[in-house]
Amino acid sequence: MSEKFDAIVVGAGPSGNAAAFTLAKAGLNVLQLERGESAGSKNVQGAILYADALERMIPDFRDSAPLERHIIEQRMWVMDDDSFIGTHYRSEGFNKEPFNRYTIIRAQFDKWFSGKVQEAGALLVCETTVTNLLRDDKNRVVGVQVDREGGTIYADVVILADGVNSLLAKKADFHPELEPRNVALAVKEIHFMPQEVLQERFNIGEEEGVVIELFGKITNGMMGTGFLYTNKESIAIGVGCMLSDFKDQKTTPYALLEQLKEHPSIKPLLAGGEMKEYTAHLIPEGGYKTIPKIVGDGWMIVGDSGMFVNAVHREGSNLAMTTGRMAAETVIEMKAAGKDMTAANLAEYRKKLDDSFVMKDLKKYQEMPEIFHNNRQFFTTYPELVNRSAHNMLHVDGVDKKTKEREIFSSFMQKRSLFGLMGDAYKLWRAFR
Amino acid sequence: MSEAPVKKGKKKFELDPRLAGYKGVWVFVEHERGQVHPVSWELMGEGRKLADMLGVELAGVVMGAPGDETRRFCNEAFYHGADLCYLMQDEILKDYRNEPFTKGLTDLVNAHEPEILLLGATTQGRDLAGSVATTLKTGLTADCTGLTIDPDNRSLAATRPTFGGSLLCTIVTLNYRPQMATVRPRVMAMPERDASRSGRIVEQPLGMVESSIITKVLEFIADANQDKPQLAFADIIVAGGKGMKRPENFQLIWDLAKVLGAEVGASRPVVQAGWVDLERQVGQSGKTVRPKLYIAAGISGAIQHRVGMSDSDCIIAINNDPNAPIFDFATYGIVGNAMTILPALTESFRQALATAKKAG
Amino acid sequence: MHIIVCIKQVPDSAQIRVHPVTNTIMRQGVPAIINPYDLFALEEALRLKDKHGGTVTVITMGPPQAEGALRKALSYGADDAILITDRAFAGADTLATSFALAAAIRQIQKNMPVDMVFTGKQTIDGDTAQVGPGVAKRLDFQLLTYVSKVTSVLPKEGQIVVERRAEGGVQLLKSKLPCLITILEGNNEMRFATMPNMFRAARHPVKMWNRETAGITDEDIVKIGLKGSPTVVSKVFAPTPHTEPAEMIEVESGNPKDIADTVLAKMFTRFPAVAKEIARRA
Repeated sequence: MSEKFDAIVVGAGPSGNAAAFTLAKAGLNVLQLERGESAGSKNVQGAILYADALERMIPDFRDSAPLERHIIEQRMWVMDDDSFIGTHYRSEGFNKEPFNRYTIIRAQFDKWFSGKVQEAGALLVCETTVTNLLRDDKNRVVGVQVDREGGTIYADVVILADGVNSLLAKKADFHPELEPRNVALAVKEIHFMPQEVLQERFNIGEEEGVVIELFGKITNGMMGTGFLYTNKESIAIGVGCMLSDFKDQKTTPYALLEQLKEHPSIKPLLAGGEMKEYTAHLIPEGGYKTIPKIVGDGWMIVGDSGMFVNAVHREGSNLAMTTGRMAAETVIEMKAAGKDMTAANLAEYRKKLDDSFVMKDLKKYQEMPEIFHNNRQFFTTYPELVNRSAHNMLHVDGVDKKTKEREIFSSFMQKRSLFGLMGDAYKLWRAFR
Repeated sequence: MSEAPVKKGKKKFELDPRLAGYKGVWVFVEHERGQVHPVSWELMGEGRKLADMLGVELAGVVMGAPGDETRRFCNEAFYHGADLCYLMQDEILKDYRNEPFTKGLTDLVNAHEPEILLLGATTQGRDLAGSVATTLKTGLTADCTGLTIDPDNRSLAATRPTFGGSLLCTIVTLNYRPQMATVRPRVMAMPERDASRSGRIVEQPLGMVESSIITKVLEFIADANQDKPQLAFADIIVAGGKGMKRPENFQLIWDLAKVLGAEVGASRPVVQAGWVDLERQVGQSGKTVRPKLYIAAGISGAIQHRVGMSDSDCIIAINNDPNAPIFDFATYGIVGNAMTILPALTESFRQALATAKKAG
Repeated sequence: MHIIVCIKQVPDSAQIRVHPVTNTIMRQGVPAIINPYDLFALEEALRLKDKHGGTVTVITMGPPQAEGALRKALSYGADDAILITDRAFAGADTLATSFALAAAIRQIQKNMPVDMVFTGKQTIDGDTAQVGPGVAKRLDFQLLTYVSKVTSVLPKEGQIVVERRAEGGVQLLKSKLPCLITILEGNNEMRFATMPNMFRAARHPVKMWNRETAGITDEDIVKIGLKGSPTVVSKVFAPTPHTEPAEMIEVESGNPKDIADTVLAKMFTRFPAVAKEIARRA
């Protein structure tokens, strides 16, 4: 006797958990299948939790979720080989409850979220991989096939939340092979140090946190960024670049991370720390233009699997949770109205996304990946130029300021030419528009 | 983590006066089919050191069938350092069985009250030690790599690896007697054998009837000798790890071993993958070896393997990862492809042997 | 036929990774698994159940998260699972652990007689191999350790024949039920759980027993946990690295033959004992 559920969610990361939670809370019979040994075990993230996305599902999550620090300061550093020029924003406003962003440890958080999902009534089975989608004679998806004996399971709808490398979606021809240009490979380490040292070093209190976004020569001309987050008693530091760039340049991600850790502005931040964890992961970077079809007869796609990542603002987990929730809400609506899970009906999900920040933000930045791909000067020349200009300006050496300004201007002209500068300005405008 | 709790703080320790009468170091002499297991003599050597530190006598415990054989074992115990030997002879003890041996050994302990009892961590030793410790309600520390006496309180401090071997811990049994410990074969050195030494034999009957013993030995099926690897006592070992890439490549290990007359060993992943027999596994959950020469090809040298072979006199490591941990402690390191280095070594050794043969 | 299988949840030391650049051991976030040796015991029990019918109950003494290990065992086909968990068990060494497990098994016997208790050979975190023999002694069950094969079982007559690994060979032993068997690794392979079993495991309630439910009275508290442990760890320390790093053999030509000749020459000079050993084999 094969089992039948209202919905099967494939994957127990943030998007899958959001979908399964929402469905279970509404009383639907949900099965969640995870191929890893536990919820989120295959997941890697910086990690930052965006409270807003989670609040809409679990308003009181702060009571029990494992949270590291709430973020009160954001730093953005544009780096040269041995210097950086940066912007900091720190606000007491971020210190007023309810807090808006937190650093978290991905594995612990996913376990907690999964606990909530199961409390809500979903059935979670781990270490089980979905090998195929089952279809009826009209090519509608009616269930899944897993890699275990007796593994034919039916459902009214299957929600694919199986991550950036969704083999299932590829197999089902829902989206094409992931191209190296559209995905980044990121590596991350966690360094442990005494809480007091960490807090002193970053000028933060017991629960406060800092996020540093890193950019510039640290990626050796490749398209990518780095980050440094403060957890309770550890620092997460990582760097990622487009997979296509790694392939072309033949640098390894760990070599890049080692180099980053040696940067004179970064090294002291890690001093005395004990490195205890090392992980790597792929991140969707292609943006709006790479979003595949996300609904079909009997199926939907949420999270990384649908390329829902805003690379510019480094927002991925909130998009994951939001798409998961909206997909679930669509299913709940259809069920309540007694409608079938056809592509036409489920298209309501796409509508919800279009009306939300999810699609609006992704659309806004849709040109970004291509522009940055073709304009490496943003990763090398400009960081160099702005750093050297700052150095020049701040170096008191008897040269008058007007001459300095002229020097700076001519250095820009020399490197980029007037035409180039104007072109770059235009490209940036296009990218951010 | 080790299964013993961690003691906090160290205050001056007073032994329960009821236990003060427990004196002496005992070593259980294990034998099978007319042969004493060498681990018993290795333990006798250690026991001698402990007994000397405590200023007490060292005793062997021999249990077996009536006749001359067990008496010979007692003499061997003296040659290896024992002052006396407890002898229990009974037809029931002809083959090892848990029930009679447990009763016999616990009776001996209760009658003569040793403070320390050591057994080899063999299948027989571990079977017996666990049962005896539970019967006596005393502490037992397994697979020790170091044994010494704490001068503050005359108790046995047993050191063993923990958490995969990356750390060591010292375990004590404070207010229970006897303090029991097992040690794996080849971890302790074999002591000198002095055939001029003698000692006294103390006999004690078993006091059981065969009909009361439930488990019977139907048969003993000996292993076919040529197939059984004798890694623990091999003087030259050639071992391969996952770096050999494919099971077919393991033939290169066998080839070199053949030329050297060496035993073949392997790391755990290779054994788990089924490339070689479990008997050939070297490491924390496999065998401890102490050869004169250990050649490791495609083995990373992770701690679990290292603890099984780090006492080798000379280690030649071949690995194409220059950062492999094995280069931290090997004698000679070769960064290269094992698949080309091994045949070259085989040929060079072949020539060396040919030269030696001509010279000899 | 009723078989109890004792398992333990342990940290997966095989997954302790080494950083690719610094080579430090990273123990953070190491997942917990069923002690691998216990899987052989569980599989053997399930095979006997397949053959003779009956039930398999898995038990473990551990912290609340050990429930995960029991669910895993259920997914392979065990019928029932009991977690014996209580603060009073904390700090138990093998003597105290065997006391607690034996008490729990006696409780189980009150409702359903027990024919056999299976355990793995040893754990990968404690590796003492002492709990099995300890439990057998306390229950007065026949102890059969290092069993490589359960040759035959006659449940109604209460008879069993096993092959037991000894030095140099195998003992063929005949014994009676009830007995406790520690199973040697490598003689079977754990089946891949079927989907129906995965569902059952996800839904099946795991029984939680505290000290009292496990039949441990107030007088017996001194026999469990820290109080009931004769052995204590007096210190934990890192091994002193008394080794020097390897002398790396490099030759201009990069030729394997030259490398081989070089290392042999060096070795024979520095280790005459090895040279003698080789000469002996010529």
